[in-house]
Amino acid sequence: MSFKVPFIKKVVQSGTTLTSPMRQSLPSRIISCRMASSKTTMTVRDALNSAMAEELDRDDDVFIIGEEVAQYNGAYKVTKGLLDRFGERRVVDTPITEYGFTGLAVGAALKGLKPIVEFMSFNFSMQAMDHIVNSAAKTHYMSGGTQKCQITFRGTNGSAVGVAAQHSQDYSAWYGSIPGLKVLVPYSAEDARGLLKAAIRDPNPVVFLENELLYGESFEVSEEALSPDFTLPYKAKVEREGKDVSIVTYTRNVQFSLEAAEILEKEHGISAEVINLRSIRPLDVEAIIKTVKKTNHLVTVESTFPSFGVGSEIVAQVMESDAFDYLDAPVKRVTGADVPTPYAKELEDFAFPDAPTIVRAVKDILSVE
Amino acid sequence: MLLSATRNSHKVAIPSTVRLMSTINMRRSMATATSNGTSSSTKATPSEDNISGDDVVTINLPKESFEGYMVEPPSLSYKTTKGELLQMYKDMVIIRRMEMACDALYKAKKIRGFCHLSVGQEAIAVGIENAITKMDSVITSYRCHGFTYMRGAPVKSVLAELMGRRAGVSHGKGGSMHLYTSGFYGGNGIVGGQVPLGTGLAFAHQYKNEDACSFTLYGDGASNQGQVFESFNMAKLWNLPVVFCCENNRYGMGTAASRSSATTEYYKRGQYIPGIKVNGMDVLSIYQASKFAKDWCVSGKGPLLLEYETYRYGGHSMSDPGTTYRTREEIQNMRSKNDPIAGLKMHLIDLGIATEAEVKAYDKSARKHVDEQVELADACAPPEAKLSILFEDVYVKGSETPTLRGRISEDTWDFQKGGFANRD
Repeated sequence: MSFKVPFIKKVVQSGTTLTSPMRQSLPSRIISCRMASSKTTMTVRDALNSAMAEELDRDDDVFIIGEEVAQYNGAYKVTKGLLDRFGERRVVDTPITEYGFTGLAVGAALKGLKPIVEFMSFNFSMQAMDHIVNSAAKTHYMSGGTQKCQITFRGTNGSAVGVAAQHSQDYSAWYGSIPGLKVLVPYSAEDARGLLKAAIRDPNPVVFLENELLYGESFEVSEEALSPDFTLPYKAKVEREGKDVSIVTYTRNVQFSLEAAEILEKEHGISAEVINLRSIRPLDVEAIIKTVKKTNHLVTVESTFPSFGVGSEIVAQVMESDAFDYLDAPVKRVTGADVPTPYAKELEDFAFPDAPTIVRAVKDILSVE
Repeated sequence: MLLSATRNSHKVAIPSTVRLMSTINMRRSMATATSNGTSSSTKATPSEDNISGDDVVTINLPKESFEGYMVEPPSLSYKTTKGELLQMYKDMVIIRRMEMACDALYKAKKIRGFCHLSVGQEAIAVGIENAITKMDSVITSYRCHGFTYMRGAPVKSVLAELMGRRAGVSHGKGGSMHLYTSGFYGGNGIVGGQVPLGTGLAFAHQYKNEDACSFTLYGDGASNQGQVFESFNMAKLWNLPVVFCCENNRYGMGTAASRSSATTEYYKRGQYIPGIKVNGMDVLSIYQASKFAKDWCVSGKGPLLLEYETYRYGGHSMSDPGTTYRTREEIQNMRSKNDPIAGLKMHLIDLGIATEAEVKAYDKSARKHVDEQVELADACAPPEAKLSILFEDVYVKGSETPTLRGRISEDTWDFQKGGFANRD
């Protein structure tokens, strides 16, 4: 059986100070996240692939199920090579029946297996939502703790490019509200590896929201992150330290927020702190409070529809905490627009956050022209 | 089990010919039975010997018991033991008494919310359980009390759950629709939801290479759900060991089957999956069909569909009188002519397994047992009215999110602290 090793590029740079200059959105750019004497980079796709391979290797009860995950090697190639390595029993192609195969996977989890369910897009998970919420999330509680359900639901969430209204919705707020679920939102390759491995090992049902446009992005990963036992706690990460304003965000919006932070520094001398939430449920309220107390200004960024979203929740949490007293301005939200996603680029560009919009939001609360 | 059978003194008095229907007043033709394996055409030798539970009995079912679709129905003749027949009788009586107790407790407001009783349908839970082992899985809908008991939960634990007590099978967190026990996966509130789940149980049996199957039950009302057909497809495609069991009690809540289903031949709905229609008011037929189905699945032949034609005397739930969409005559007719318990009772007496007096004694003993269990259950405490218990079990112990919020932020619970997050 051949096994394709995920593409890892070793870049050795010793003693160099790493800065993060402004970058264009190219498919395989490298974003520096930390200083290290020897750097390995990995795409998010390979991070997810290697994470799943290791977890399948480690525990026979783990298996992957979804559309095109096996012979097609994954609609987005995230499961590439896994059928070859692990065989049909562990990597299962399904018919196009989300409702049925999600229920089937949950049933298998009730009996003690540990499925990884791939949704080609979380837009299709709406058909299966009854099983995610009513059969998976609530069962441990309804059974008084006697019936466990260890399962991971993963797939692309949110916008891609030009895929229009039925394929662009972001479900983080909907799933984030369900007690019994955990909801994770990785950004970098290290996030993807650590959080996915943690999710698969988590005895609870976990919704793991990826982003299609991040799959091809390369990130540096630490040595530690390459270990087969590497997992991450469900806590926020400070991607960029700052002192004037906190930008709290997740998934691809971390990239736009970092770009915005660069612009703010270069053009306005504003030092922005960027927090990568990594987890929607549990929400790292402690990290949010800490950063607000530090900078006294908060902007949230998400791709969900504006009403009843993650930003709304963050604002409410801040209002109800002692961080409220530290605010020098109201919290500002940057969200998706209140429209079904249009197709034409000129309009789609208005539908989701980008760096200039985040810059506008920051300037507004800092009263900068 | 709990009821003792006093068998020492009765005699064998076996008729060698089929008992005439007119003397029995049963709507369907009854099963004939002979003892000690002799055929029905020969006279059986009357014996004064004591009958032991191991005594083999040959059951001959009437030919209306089964109808096959793409499969030869199981044999109408099979062997079982007198002990097993007695056990099935006792099981059905306990379930009947337990369900009647639920009715009373609900009216006394000790059971709240939804309560779906299976009075009249007892034969299905009993027939299936006696045909399978603890290795097999069972999953059904919200009409689940009888199944929970048959899978091993004591009556007390079932009733305690219905009354929201801590000693209930789900520790008071689930209620009538969310009963679980070993090998029993509920108790499911969403109509049809249990069908893909049950298919997944079969997937797991296959994955783990177990000689076991999953009995996945659903009603005539659920049979039209899309997810049921999605399950059929995957089960057949992957040769999963699942027995899909349609408990056709003719009504999906208030809607007669003919008003909901373009075809009411539910055993054929599997299209490419063989099916058998079974008389669901006769535990002996159910037992044989279920055994056949289990053997079918476990021998690697893939899924099978069973339709149990049954009837519930009560309404859909305690909120439904059950008389606005069907006639009282229909209900009364089923009760008097097709009752599963009365049917098996007749066989027990005819086979000489028990006398009328002994059967009455079992009935009384069952009633007493259930009454005792009701009292024990009622004496159980509810969960303490504490927020720590409210928040327990949302996640697996030790893997909770750091906090969970109550109705206001002051009631946010911190799991690491084991106390409130925002209070001092």
